[in-house]
Amino acid sequence: MAGAVSRKKIYVIACVAVVALAVASLFVGVAKISLIDFLDGTVSQTDWLVLQTSRIPRTLALVFAGTSMAVAGAIMQMLARNKFVEPATTGTVEAAALGMLVVLLFAPDLPVVGKMLVAGVFAIAGTGLFLWLLTKIPLRSVVIVPLVGMMLGGVISSFAAFIAYRFDMMQAMNVWTSGDFSTVLRGRYEVLWLAFGLAIIAYRGADKLTMAGLGQEFSVSLGLDYRKVMTFGLVIISLVTASVVVSAGMIPFVGLIVPNLVSIAFGDNLKKTLPWIALFGAAIVLVCDIVGRLIIAPFEVPVGAVLGVIGSLFFLYLVLGRNAYAR
Amino acid sequence: MINVRNATKSYDGTLVVDDVTLGLKRNGLTSIIGPNGAGKSTLLSMIARLVNMDDGEITVDGLDIATADSLELAKRLAVLRQDNHITARLTVRDLVAFGRYPHSKGRTNENDLEHVNRALAYLGLTDLSGRFLDQLSGGQRQRAFVAMTLCQDTDYMLFDEPLNNLDIHHAVSMMKLFRQAARDFGKTVVVVIHDINFASCYSDHIIAMKDGKVAEQGSPDQIIDAGILADIYNTPFQVQNINGQMIATYYGV
Repeated sequence: MAGAVSRKKIYVIACVAVVALAVASLFVGVAKISLIDFLDGTVSQTDWLVLQTSRIPRTLALVFAGTSMAVAGAIMQMLARNKFVEPATTGTVEAAALGMLVVLLFAPDLPVVGKMLVAGVFAIAGTGLFLWLLTKIPLRSVVIVPLVGMMLGGVISSFAAFIAYRFDMMQAMNVWTSGDFSTVLRGRYEVLWLAFGLAIIAYRGADKLTMAGLGQEFSVSLGLDYRKVMTFGLVIISLVTASVVVSAGMIPFVGLIVPNLVSIAFGDNLKKTLPWIALFGAAIVLVCDIVGRLIIAPFEVPVGAVLGVIGSLFFLYLVLGRNAYAR
Repeated sequence: MINVRNATKSYDGTLVVDDVTLGLKRNGLTSIIGPNGAGKSTLLSMIARLVNMDDGEITVDGLDIATADSLELAKRLAVLRQDNHITARLTVRDLVAFGRYPHSKGRTNENDLEHVNRALAYLGLTDLSGRFLDQLSGGQRQRAFVAMTLCQDTDYMLFDEPLNNLDIHHAVSMMKLFRQAARDFGKTVVVVIHDINFASCYSDHIIAMKDGKVAEQGSPDQIIDAGILADIYNTPFQVQNINGQMIATYYGV
């Protein structure tokens, strides 16, 4: 039982750390807001305004996006039964961006939730296509799986780029596919609450998702409706991705790094690991965003770029790593 | 009672299971033997609803497997296929506990826990229960899968080559465990097995398949016969009675 106690302790420490990071994130930025003023109760009117309209939304957006993308990555890895996939390597992101493009062309006045839903439907189609491809292609190596996804993503995004080019919307495409939280303001991030809610709903289905991760035969033998669980997971992944793409833009690699680190430490029983995945997801996005805000202050490096650097290194480590863990 | 009526399956135009009609009575250990490609695994998978039939009907205790509720079937029938590859890192205990899902639906109670502990103990996995599956040897992993299947606590248990990866000691204890489940707990165990002598020594009933059909079936005394085995495997056999056990040799020397 000693293990259980210390694990609980680590859990509390991790929670405190994430809260601390979130607080730090509130007080980093061009407009200097002092934590001491805040605690003294001597915060100026403008500081309050900055906090309310910019800082708090940004921090919440970071937490929600990090949490839900990490959870989406973990689910994707279960459904594809492969450690190297996440929404950015399965065509999900590209399909969501294509959906956004279509919305802006045909129904630009749709409210943001409507845009998200259309992007979500495209993401479901793209991810579904990926999962279908996996059942059709004989896969000789686990590394092939994300390559198939990236190729599919490439095809979808070249199609999107063609349309965007014709309609002069290349810049908008860029915004969706590269995560940047500097533009997050009150009124422009709220759809991420939905992503967070979806992550919580996913937790309620954690056992079923883990069983689906054992494969179709085990699932059927245990009386699980395999198709239904796959669809459930697919919808969660797609809507989460669409929410993030629509609001802050895609943050890459969170869905890859976080579930793998948690898997190495605690395994893959989602009922036990999803809370950790959510916490680490929030933490890593908060840290990368703070780093991005500090290194060339008063300018910013978008969080997507920071994560891209860290994530690609980690991906290489996973593929080339000496341990046979992911195979 | 499992009733198979006119079950037929073909892959790419090749008939794998050819109009098989078969009744598997409750209680006892039934072995399915036969050469590669005889349709043993496919038949087992069809009974377990893992593979769709092209034609025919299978019922388990009167429930038509094509239409019955999957969860209801999962409380009566459990199956373990061969070559299971799991990428998810689960501990042995977590894996075995998933065997309780048809009963607990994720809300494990005391009774479920007892089943898990008993299954772990039966397969000698108690000390390994905290290990991740990827930290086990092939034989240990196979035992963990069998423990999970036992934990499902169904009347019917189907195993496809359950002795794969097991050394002699563990193979013998596994067969003893199956026989005990059949005799002491009234379970119906069906195994697809390559080792004829295990089938001979432990089964109550043997089904010999060839070319997608049931070639012969009967008690071990009836089936473990030099003439019948030679026909089924296209290989000369010698059968000897050693201390009351019919042992077949086929090494061609």
